[in-house]
Amino acid sequence: MSQPGTTPPAQPPVDEAAPGVPAADRPQDRRPTGDGVLREMLASSWLMTVCAIVLALLIGAVLIAAADPDVQRTAGYLFARPSDFFTALWQTVSGAYASLFQGAVFDWAASSPQRAIRPLTETLTISVPLILAGLGVGIGFRAGLFNIGAQGQITLGAILASWIGFTWDLPAGAHLLLAMVGAAVGGAVWASIAGVLKARTGAHEVIVTIMLNNIAVFLVLYLLTTSVFRSATPQVGRPVAETAMLPGLLGDAFRLHLGFPLALLAAVGVWWLMERSTLGFRFRAVGSNPHAARTAGISVPWVTVLVMAVAGALAGLAGGAQLLGTERNLTGAIAGSIGFDALTVALLGRSKPLGTVLAGLLFGAFAAGGRLMQTRTGTPIDIVLVLQSLIVLFIAAPPLVRAVFRLPAPGARRRSTVEAAA
Amino acid sequence: MSLATPATAAAPAPDAAVTARPSYRAPIAYAVVALVALLAMPLRTPEGDTRFRLSTDTDFAQIPTFAVPARPVVWVLVLLAVALAALAFLRTRAGRRTGMWLPVVFGVALLLAFLTFAGAGRSAVIPLTSVATGTLFLATPLIFGALSGVVCERVGIVNIAIEGQLLAGAFIAAVVGSLTASAYMGLVAAPVAGALVGLLLVFFAVRYQVNQIIVGVVLNVLVVGLTSFLFSTVLSEDPGTWNQRQALPVLPIPVLSQIPVIGPILFRQTLLVYLMYVIVIALQVYLFRSRWGLRLRAVGEHPKAADTVGIDVNRTRVRNTLLGSAVAGLGGAFFTVASGLAFGKEMTGGRGFIALAAMILGRWSPKGAVAAALLFGFADNLRTVLGTIGSSVPPQLLLMTPYIVTILAVAGFAGRVRAPAAEGIPYVK
Repeated sequence: MSQPGTTPPAQPPVDEAAPGVPAADRPQDRRPTGDGVLREMLASSWLMTVCAIVLALLIGAVLIAAADPDVQRTAGYLFARPSDFFTALWQTVSGAYASLFQGAVFDWAASSPQRAIRPLTETLTISVPLILAGLGVGIGFRAGLFNIGAQGQITLGAILASWIGFTWDLPAGAHLLLAMVGAAVGGAVWASIAGVLKARTGAHEVIVTIMLNNIAVFLVLYLLTTSVFRSATPQVGRPVAETAMLPGLLGDAFRLHLGFPLALLAAVGVWWLMERSTLGFRFRAVGSNPHAARTAGISVPWVTVLVMAVAGALAGLAGGAQLLGTERNLTGAIAGSIGFDALTVALLGRSKPLGTVLAGLLFGAFAAGGRLMQTRTGTPIDIVLVLQSLIVLFIAAPPLVRAVFRLPAPGARRRSTVEAAA
Repeated sequence: MSLATPATAAAPAPDAAVTARPSYRAPIAYAVVALVALLAMPLRTPEGDTRFRLSTDTDFAQIPTFAVPARPVVWVLVLLAVALAALAFLRTRAGRRTGMWLPVVFGVALLLAFLTFAGAGRSAVIPLTSVATGTLFLATPLIFGALSGVVCERVGIVNIAIEGQLLAGAFIAAVVGSLTASAYMGLVAAPVAGALVGLLLVFFAVRYQVNQIIVGVVLNVLVVGLTSFLFSTVLSEDPGTWNQRQALPVLPIPVLSQIPVIGPILFRQTLLVYLMYVIVIALQVYLFRSRWGLRLRAVGEHPKAADTVGIDVNRTRVRNTLLGSAVAGLGGAFFTVASGLAFGKEMTGGRGFIALAAMILGRWSPKGAVAAALLFGFADNLRTVLGTIGSSVPPQLLLMTPYIVTILAVAGFAGRVRAPAAEGIPYVK
């Protein structure tokens, strides 16, 4: 990691300005980019996203089929009776994907209308921390920082939210507000360690955040043994007071809570910050070209610290939403795999707020649907990880997807690298 | 390393040590650690002895259990650490570089002090030999992973996918070992799995110039997903065929294994560990003393210059990344056939990331990586040791230390740490 002299090309994706390509080798697409060109690119990137998802689902289908005993058995006499094989193939794959959809959006086989729409609310619930943390990771990407530490920042957010949630005694609204602010501060402080070290000593943020993730794991395990956090159940923290919980939106039958509108609000906030505010402009300027940004009078170290703090605050909020919205008790596994999923969410959403929200919803749907798929068809939920990672890989390499679907390369653009890694 | 002194890919930063003022960060770090040890340990060591055992029951030459007076020994070891910190200051002021021995002696002194402190006045005996054996055992996958990182990063490819390579190696070793009913076949197959993950890494990173950190992170998720999926389906349906555990036999080396103390530690191991010795030595020599190593490092430091003298940069990168990934894959065999276990979901448990840390702490050199991996293995092993002697130190806090040490190291508190200059930057002619 630690690139000596972080050069823009070594940095992760920043906006649409040819990330991953050394400046000297950037395609000659510096011609005036009018609105038309921009729209065209956006359109093609949407097409790419859809193609990548389709391709990933196809590969997933091959895996599901290959691992299915019925398919394996009928493949044994494929040439004697091919129809058996194709029937088994179709039933396995369509069964798995249908239950994935039923578990994520609408369950037409459910006994009551309430149960039928419950999957959609589950998807929304699961997507809350993914969206919040994904927004944070996305801000880092656009400012040229690779923040792998969402996992640790989520954990710290959850620790602080839970501590405020069960020690303080406050009226309902204030308690929740304070707990969420605490979560944001916890994540921000944790991320700032990486930001300050990067700014002051040049320690690469990837390594520092990976290490901070691991430290956070042991920190929460240690805290759970202390008298402050310990509850009657070992390895489970004390429950948060009712006044600090995020209220449910649809009554007790559903888990959907106030965190979802808050996540959408955060996305709007991030959009305003990145697109409309001076600070966001500085973030993007440093991400696009730190040398130019410094020449223009922007303090690069200061921006580095601020970016990490904002990213950490959003990840901390994700931890807070997870704890105050659904979990209620602090555990060692409070962050689950949200932090790493948030990375892929931000990549899939191309680090833009709207994209991140949609990607968060998609991954929330995968997670919610995967559970039903596992119980109904026995297809393990792990396939969801495969789908997620394949989608991101394909999105990162548009030429590959274009080659598979025989799509023409866009315009006069040379090579692939423009959207690569975006 | 520094954001304040950016350099382009074509012109790596000039060697900072030549021009810059001597940095006091490392001596300060030693001093702080020594001071913390001075405050934490000697005065709080209870009266009494700490008992150590050096030999195992099966040794040829038995060394009796011996006891040392805890408090004086802790004092001596901690004061030695303080003296080393002072020496680091003096050497820095004189403008001389401290060698590799100083941090190693410093670390070993404090570790021994800690063991003496933890065992003081207790009836339990600290089995030093098994502490060392356990350390080497737990460090094995870290060493393989860190060596993989050294090869890949020296050639300019960031390999975050070590975790995935270890896991893929563990998976394939278990499956092939089970199918062929031979642990050795598993050992042969493991590097192939690692190399396949490496192939995906270079396919996206070199061919499509996707950001290498992104590819690495995503590949880790992909391997976790694939192996867990196959584990839950194929392997769980018929574990007798697909996931029967196979164990590599321990092969004591005839004469060497009879040496007291170090014999049982170093020479009563499985073939995987002997392979590790060979790979460590071979890499240390060839990386810095051969034409292959010179080219590899040239590509990682200054690809344009390497290209100018006729080295095919991308081909060198692809080949050596595959080689490095194969080393990590071989290390994955540790989790299954070398430990005599069947495959389990996500059984590498983040060791790949610790290996990454070991590589950085070891300053991108094989021998440094081994030292760092042993340190991390020791910290991991402490959990068991402290449990045995019934110490009251919270294990979670000790388990954090390797990560904190790594952060201090990358922040420049453990001497100069510099990554290969062209690391992570795709080469486009």
